[in-house]
Amino acid sequence: MDGMNTAGVRAVARVRACADGRGGTCLPELEGDGPLALRRTRGSGGEAHVLLVGAMSGPLGGDRLTLWADVRPGARLRVGSAAATLALPGQHGTEARYDVRLTVAGGGELHWLPEQLISVRGSGLLATTHADLDHGARLVLREEQVLGRAGEEPGRLTTRLTVRIAGRTVLDQELACGPGAPGGWDGPAVLGGLRAVGQLVVVRPEFEEKPITARELDEGAAVLPLPGPAALVTAVAPDPLRLRRILDGAAALLAPASD
Amino acid sequence: MSRAALLVLADGRFPAGGHAHSGGAEAAVRAGRVTGAASLEDFCRGRLHTTGLVAAAVAAAAALGADPGELDAAADARTPSPTLRRAARRLGRQLLRAGRVAWPSAELDALAERFPKGAHQPVVLGVAARAAGLGPADAAYCAAYESVSGPVSATVRLLGLDPFEATAVSARLAPEMDTVVSRAVGTARRVAGEGADALPAASAPLLETGAEAHAGWAVRLFAT
Repeated sequence: MDGMNTAGVRAVARVRACADGRGGTCLPELEGDGPLALRRTRGSGGEAHVLLVGAMSGPLGGDRLTLWADVRPGARLRVGSAAATLALPGQHGTEARYDVRLTVAGGGELHWLPEQLISVRGSGLLATTHADLDHGARLVLREEQVLGRAGEEPGRLTTRLTVRIAGRTVLDQELACGPGAPGGWDGPAVLGGLRAVGQLVVVRPEFEEKPITARELDEGAAVLPLPGPAALVTAVAPDPLRLRRILDGAAALLAPASD
Repeated sequence: MSRAALLVLADGRFPAGGHAHSGGAEAAVRAGRVTGAASLEDFCRGRLHTTGLVAAAVAAAAALGADPGELDAAADARTPSPTLRRAARRLGRQLLRAGRVAWPSAELDALAERFPKGAHQPVVLGVAARAAGLGPADAAYCAAYESVSGPVSATVRLLGLDPFEATAVSARLAPEMDTVVSRAVGTARRVAGEGADALPAASAPLLETGAEAHAGWAVRLFAT
């Protein structure tokens, strides 16, 4: 971290998970930075658990945060966060950037389950997530965006989610909302005035043999099989609680915990 | 280049099957999200700036001669709804059939051979534009205009909307179509150097979820 100055905070945090050779997972690299503090918590089975703890508020306008997670063959990692992330306005009105880079090797498994990203009025954030998986890798990834705190107008938020499996991009989607976003983002084709939107991506080699079928889950939510051993659940809901309920239900359906 | 070829390609009566699709308007009307001219305009504006922008950029890149296979894969990744992927391929196949007769070309023949089940419609649109002697902006204009005109003409039937009011929606969105086309062509020109990742990926969640809801209906007026 370069410290705080007019350009904002620059921070890069990393976690790397490897099989320990005894059926468990070790973390040879676990390095927080600036607002991104990482804590290892009690794991379960062969799975290591890491919690992202906000050590400062943010991202604030001008900040540039990067989070890397790398899961090696046979390792199992679950990453959550202690609280929601708030995108806040900075002093200089510049945009913040938050980049998440995930790589999972064949035989590795990553559960990436952070709490919501809340776009606060007056903030500007570009958040990108790239998941790059080798053949045979497993992933459960959940992202939720909440447009404004209760009753508040959102800031400007652009998110881009890219999932690549064995070199092939199976999902690439961007969502831009808030003041200054291209027109119609709040309208009936995009978010329909709803304030919580989320994505759940499940990648399982088993989908190759047993592809899942597309279906509507709820008004504004659907399971969408992607062109590869992967599925996306997209959901738009009036509030974060209802959104979480839909995505939790979908996760139980697509990636049962007993696996 | 023949400017009139653009009118032929963009004509709603060009026999490429577009009239059978509402662009998500039928699902939005049933859900009560589109009820008249104002909400239709908002619907079309959102569609134009998301899937319309992506289609325009893919079409422009194809018109510039980018590899159709790479563009088709990029369109797949930007279309998470399998119903919409299937529809885009079906429309691509129909456009290819009409385009090969209208503007016979080796590139269109090669496309048919490479994608027997159809390529995404904007890919075919761009290659057809090339065959017609048109440029990337022309292909992008066709795609951007279609992203609006489809739902507009469908809504005339679905809601019995006054056709004058409906046409006024398209006319009001024309300046934004210009903006979308210029953005689309700008990104399409980057594909040669950076690959298809340079293409925009703007998405519309309710169009994706609505398409799957719509596909489950027993009776519907439009295919999507």
